[in-house]
Amino acid sequence: MNIEPKSQTTKPHAASSRAAHAPAGTSSAFTKHVQDKAPSAHAPAGTPSSSTKHVPTKTAQVVLALLRKELLVELRTLESVPGMSLFAVSTFVVFHFALHRSAVDGDLAAGVLWVTLLFAAMLGVNRLFVADAEQGGFDGFLLAPVDRSAMLLAKVCALLAYLVVLELVAVPAFALLLLGPSLGQALPGLVGVIALADVGIAVIGTLIAALAVRTRARDLLGPLLALPLLVPVVIGGARASSPLLAAGHAGGPGGRWLALLALYDLVFGLIAYAVFDFLLED
Amino acid sequence: MRVPSSSVPSLRTLSIATVVAMGVAFGLVFFYAPIELEEGFLQKIFYLHVPLAIVSLCGFVSGGLMAIAHLRTRDSRWDLRSYVTIHMSLIFGVAVLLTGSIWARGSWGHWWVWSEPTLVSYLIVFLLYATYQPLRFAIEDPERQARYASVFAIVAGAFVPLNFLAVRLSTSYLHPRVLGGSSNLPGPMRLTFLVSLAAIALLFVTLCSYELTAKRTRIMLKSRSRILGYR
Amino acid sequence: MTMLIITPLADTLPSDTGSGYVAAAYIVFAVILLIYVVIMAIRLTRVERRLHELRTREVPPPPQEEPPNRQARERETV
Repeated sequence: MNIEPKSQTTKPHAASSRAAHAPAGTSSAFTKHVQDKAPSAHAPAGTPSSSTKHVPTKTAQVVLALLRKELLVELRTLESVPGMSLFAVSTFVVFHFALHRSAVDGDLAAGVLWVTLLFAAMLGVNRLFVADAEQGGFDGFLLAPVDRSAMLLAKVCALLAYLVVLELVAVPAFALLLLGPSLGQALPGLVGVIALADVGIAVIGTLIAALAVRTRARDLLGPLLALPLLVPVVIGGARASSPLLAAGHAGGPGGRWLALLALYDLVFGLIAYAVFDFLLED
Repeated sequence: MRVPSSSVPSLRTLSIATVVAMGVAFGLVFFYAPIELEEGFLQKIFYLHVPLAIVSLCGFVSGGLMAIAHLRTRDSRWDLRSYVTIHMSLIFGVAVLLTGSIWARGSWGHWWVWSEPTLVSYLIVFLLYATYQPLRFAIEDPERQARYASVFAIVAGAFVPLNFLAVRLSTSYLHPRVLGGSSNLPGPMRLTFLVSLAAIALLFVTLCSYELTAKRTRIMLKSRSRILGYR
Repeated sequence: MTMLIITPLADTLPSDTGSGYVAAAYIVFAVILLIYVVIMAIRLTRVERRLHELRTREVPPPPQEEPPNRQARERETV
């Protein structure tokens, strides 16, 4: 399916041109890339890695390298983000017919927006680790002498980036198609709420994607696991956005919902960091 | 691994203790606890529904703790305990939802109400843990299955309190909350409630012990028959 | 049977709807418990039957029948 374009991606990239022959640009290209970026004389002094041997590169650099690879691959193959965005717009159309409304506001608007964002996010979550699982990306990463949490951080940031692009398309589309009141004043508040919720979706999405990718029926299991876990995010997001999208510009998002989202992000961020290693080993 | 027969006496003690405790508890519920003023006789469900909910939620969280032990020690016995605990909590969860629904029907005339935050958040937790077994059965390699299941149990265990917080925040109190009234119970009711709680907890532990013994026996049986060359 | 327990309570039978639901709830609980116990009993009989089978089959020939390293490997995988 996507094997051809993936091997193209490594060629134009200067530092990994030597790895052009490598499979799918995931494993050895990444290793070469990391070792090119970090001079071998660089001491591992600041490495937070828990491994006992000398780690030649800092985790931050590893994360950046991985993130760069993810975004490059996505840019070349365009397999997640356009699909997610298109899905969101189509869902708004479906909602128009399902609800039999031309304009929504307040609670209903918040509900439509968050349900759509959630289900579009599930599409991205399903695709997140598929390339790694099918083309040996996990093995390649495990062979590299780097802190394993780097993959978690990189994947979370990548999913976050996809969600941001999704929202850049979906929120204006929503304002255009279905939203009654104008967005203007509410926009900064809405951006804040969505940002906080996105972190939660990204963390849980990455964790569940890693869990589901090497099972049978992974496309089914992913959303099945993720949806109950994301209910607090929906609660926080929808309750916080509802006054922002209200007809008479009722006011700002309630502080407690932002606090709930922040707490959720913190707790699951820490837990994901703690357990992710166990998902990678094999 | 312990031979099953050595744990049979303790199983018997547990079973007897459970039967006695439950007998005492039900006796207290129907003969000792006074009728509540607002709810009337219907309130008696409280002594069944709430202990079941509390015990199963503790079961879910303990399953997560056992999963942590499994990941740390790599001892598969912890995984077995975690699996049995979560499975049993799920079965208790069915009873929680059914008794809660019956109570809702009796109190407000509907089989389900969204205004009772504990029931709603319990439904979400139940839906989450209902995916535990499909997840396990979707992974063939036993070591990886145990590891992934443990990760899931840890994440889900941490989710339980957060979820309750979130749902409680979001529920508007249109109806008087009945389930939350366990903190200001009058004396006899409190005693009955505590005894019921202890009885249900004992029941949970006993059933889990039975389940664990049965599973261990089956594993040993399978290994013996394989050694002897059968199947 | 639950009715037998409840009816002697002279002072604790107000509205008829209340007792009906209470009975239903406790019966549901009892039924779930009963189903579980029955499933356990079925499993136990199955295990016992298998154990009996293993015991009463002709005593398995000593391990010379199978190559010893294969048996050792079997034990390891189990």
